[in-house]
Amino acid sequence: MDAETVRRLEEIFPKERLLFGKADRHSYSFDASFGEYLPEGVVQPETEEEISRLLRLANEHGIPICPRGAATSLSGGPLPVKGGLVLDMSRLRQKLEIDRENLLAVVSPGIITGDIHRAAEEAGLFYPPDPSSSLVSTIGGNLLENSSGPRGLKYGTTKEYVIGLRAVAPTGEIFRTGGKTVKNVTGYDLTRLIVGSEGTLAVVTEATLRLIPKPPARETLLAAFPKLIDSGHAITAMLTSGILPAAMEMMDNACVRAVEAYQSCGLPLDAEAVVIVEVDGHPAAVKEEIARCAEICRERGAQRVTVAADAAERDAIWRARKMISPAITRMGPTKISEDATVPRGRIPDMMEALVRIREKHRLNLVVFGHAGDGNLHPNIITDQRNREEMKRVEAAVEEIFDAAIALGGTLSGEHGIGLMKAPFMERELGPEGLRMMRLIKQAWDPNNILNPGKIFPEPGQTRLVLTES
Amino acid sequence: MTLPAPSTASTAVHRLRAEAREAANRCIQCGYCLPVCPTYHSMGKETHSPRGRINLVKAAADGKIDLLDDMAPSLDLCLGCRACETACPVGVPYGQILEAGRAATVRETAARGRSAGRLQTLALKHLFPHPGRLRAAGRLVEAAQRLRLDRLVFAFPPAREAAPALTALGRIVPSVEGRFRLPPGTRLPAEGEKKRTVAFFQGCVMDAVMPRINWLTVELLRKAGCEVVIPAGQTCCGALHVHQGLPEAAAELVKRNLDAFEETGAEWIVNNAGGCGAMLRECGHVLADAGGGWPERAAAFAARSRDISQVLVETGLPPLVKRPEGLVTLQESCHLRNVQKAAEAPVKLLRETAGDRFRALSGASDCCASGGIFNLLHFEESMAILDAKMASVRQTAAVTVVTSNPGCHLQMRLGIRRAGLEDRCRAVHLVEYLAECAGLTAER
Ligand SMILES: Cc1cc2nc3c(=O)[nH]c(=O)nc-3n(C[C@H](O)[C@H](O)[C@H](O)COP(=O)(O)OP(=O)(O)OC[C@H]3O[C@@H](n4cnc5c(N)ncnc54)[C@H](O)[C@@H]3O)c2cc1C
Ligand code: SF4
Ligand code: SF4
Repeated sequence: MDAETVRRLEEIFPKERLLFGKADRHSYSFDASFGEYLPEGVVQPETEEEISRLLRLANEHGIPICPRGAATSLSGGPLPVKGGLVLDMSRLRQKLEIDRENLLAVVSPGIITGDIHRAAEEAGLFYPPDPSSSLVSTIGGNLLENSSGPRGLKYGTTKEYVIGLRAVAPTGEIFRTGGKTVKNVTGYDLTRLIVGSEGTLAVVTEATLRLIPKPPARETLLAAFPKLIDSGHAITAMLTSGILPAAMEMMDNACVRAVEAYQSCGLPLDAEAVVIVEVDGHPAAVKEEIARCAEICRERGAQRVTVAADAAERDAIWRARKMISPAITRMGPTKISEDATVPRGRIPDMMEALVRIREKHRLNLVVFGHAGDGNLHPNIITDQRNREEMKRVEAAVEEIFDAAIALGGTLSGEHGIGLMKAPFMERELGPEGLRMMRLIKQAWDPNNILNPGKIFPEPGQTRLVLTES
Repeated sequence: MTLPAPSTASTAVHRLRAEAREAANRCIQCGYCLPVCPTYHSMGKETHSPRGRINLVKAAADGKIDLLDDMAPSLDLCLGCRACETACPVGVPYGQILEAGRAATVRETAARGRSAGRLQTLALKHLFPHPGRLRAAGRLVEAAQRLRLDRLVFAFPPAREAAPALTALGRIVPSVEGRFRLPPGTRLPAEGEKKRTVAFFQGCVMDAVMPRINWLTVELLRKAGCEVVIPAGQTCCGALHVHQGLPEAAAELVKRNLDAFEETGAEWIVNNAGGCGAMLRECGHVLADAGGGWPERAAAFAARSRDISQVLVETGLPPLVKRPEGLVTLQESCHLRNVQKAAEAPVKLLRETAGDRFRALSGASDCCASGGIFNLLHFEESMAILDAKMASVRQTAAVTVVTSNPGCHLQMRLGIRRAGLEDRCRAVHLVEYLAECAGLTAER
């Protein structure tokens, strides 16, 4: 970074919130994906005003600015791929207000999502989006990735809950979108445009979130299927039975074995698939609904169906689900997590496609995920150092994307495009669809300073590359 | 990407690579450890988070950054509380990575002919391993306290340099009561029916500075039906050495302790300092390559080591004669929780003795930032964390703050003083508290 720029930065930020040391730069060079890019520096704003001044400066001098929440992104979202400055948003956490009367929360972007869950709950309310990283990730990161978790099935993703924003444009202007009303048709819906934009269109400095009353009761079941394909049919049958479960998760046999080897949760080792279903709502209704779901599972070939008798049993079921990610991580040094998503009715087809891909490329490919909304997480456990295998991984990942798109699905249900999936954007959107997106980016960020190198493929970048050649 | 370490890399870098690279590689950078890290909270930088530190060790091992200029300062500011290890979903052995990083720092410092330039190296080499000298130091502090000389000492220029830390700590070191010192090489009978034979690990700091707590520990054990052996020849556990990057020195101490304790034939080896207990549990780390049967002996020793709270939960408390006056709260020992995995034992004893007068401290499992001698080396950083903790202590309205490690004990005394709570609140070791409940008067 040249001396003049540093001097201008020092006019905006006190020295202790401007980091140029080598250790600091390395500490902001990664996220939870496996890319690594060294920024030229890191800035830690504490106010919207500072961000606005920073962006004006960056826009003038063409300095790439990469917003970063807690860096738990699985798609490379906050990585400074073009150098420049990492914008550490984690210190903007002054505000966490619950407005009971209007069922709203007004929050700073650096607030940890789990803290919003807790604050809402204390007020007898509910903020449904529940990415499994919610104890670590920031609400800003959740917004910009449009994250979601098991509850997405019934309650929708983060975007369903954001009704207003304060933000700073790449050219430095501070502006508001939406407001405090759930209904709002005044002009373009910029709120939704920014949500899920992966930090490429604006820096979010405050969000107004919609809360809902906490459902009074829940019921949970776990069903084990000797045949993977039967579980797919059971899922489709439950979804078309007039019941909308709050969550519907599945894991394949490899996940079951990994969880049992890691921390036994009493899952049947011989099951080809395990499905977890949760319903919530009125106490009388949920009893009936869970009984009906159990019946459907049995009709479709489930060997064992357990309905949790109390909170402890329910927690035990969910613990098994939470263990999957750490458990499979222990199967090998490198984990490639995908989250290609298909329409609900095509879940059995996608499962079959994944089995085919696994066998064809002889890979350790395991599958779990939010089966109810078609958002499966195929994970390939491999070793980055094994070049030959990594080549097969690249081919397999491409085939996963193609399979999802062929079934009418999408590249990513919740983790975002970021870096790795950028080359496939055109396959899903077509050249015109992608161009419409580019036009928006160019209009908002004419000098391409805000999180450059994300979402949009570079010219000629059409393939997935995991190995350095 | 894993790069081969550059050929110009020093031997310290090569050894770091061998000792920590594989372990560091297990980190998936999920960040689940961030919310529990006290230095990440107080300093607000990824550089001072567990995930950041692991990444820096990786980068140093790969030759991307300098071991001393870039990696060491971040590791230096780690409290070693190991809360990150408990939070980690994939079991990254952070303690091992930290120790390897610190050892590499010490080796590289020596190799480059830089002076460690630290009062801690002096103390670690010449004070802690020598019970005699440490006791002498303890006696000196005691004499100084009696003569009110302590004030004078801290007015002395060289001491003033080592500065606000020593002054502040000087004010809160409990008065040393030498008459409680336990004679090494004795075997004290159980009171009443003998249930077990245990050996008592005195700990160098506890023995030198808090002998009364050691004496009360032994009395409690005897009242709980234990015959207590105090082996001669025992010495410092070596934890401070490992934390400061001197594993070889620690290995020598561990060997001396193995020799001393194996002879006793005791079922359990009891300690009353969470930090020492953690080291006793992990003493095998520094002997991993020692051969000659040492690793096996270390494993057997570790398996027998117990915190006093675990032992008392097992044997049952001696008959209680008194309920505590006022509310009681607990500041946990990080090493008891995160390394010995025995956080429930003190809570159980407190609930049993204080009943509804026990108030859980919010954030009790967060480190108090005493961190071995962290508070001496990084006074300001430590006080920022401590002051935040004292706000929670104030909320409990407790009059007694219980701790189970000497470092935490002193730190909480300091915190109470800084918060201006001295007239309302006191810090005691769990053992002192239990002794009061059991009607043990500290007289001999
Ligand atoms: C173990 C694990 C489990 C996960 N589980 C899930 C899951 O169940 N569901 C799910 O959806 N995701 C999941 N994720 C992915 C990740 O946690 C989410 O994408 C999360 O929303 C990222 O939040 P963050 O605060 O870490 O943001 P970061 O990773 O730091 O950033 C994410 C993106 O947001 C941008 N950004 C951040 N803050 C701002 C801001 N204030 N203004 C503008 N741009 C900003 C960044 O530039 C980047 O593009 C998981 C990740 C891990 C490691
Ligand atoms: S040991 Fe404690 S201070 Fe050090 S990185 Fe882990 S949590 Fe943070
Ligand atoms: S929790 Fe474990 S795996 Fe996750 S970042 Fe921390 S050390 Fe790494």
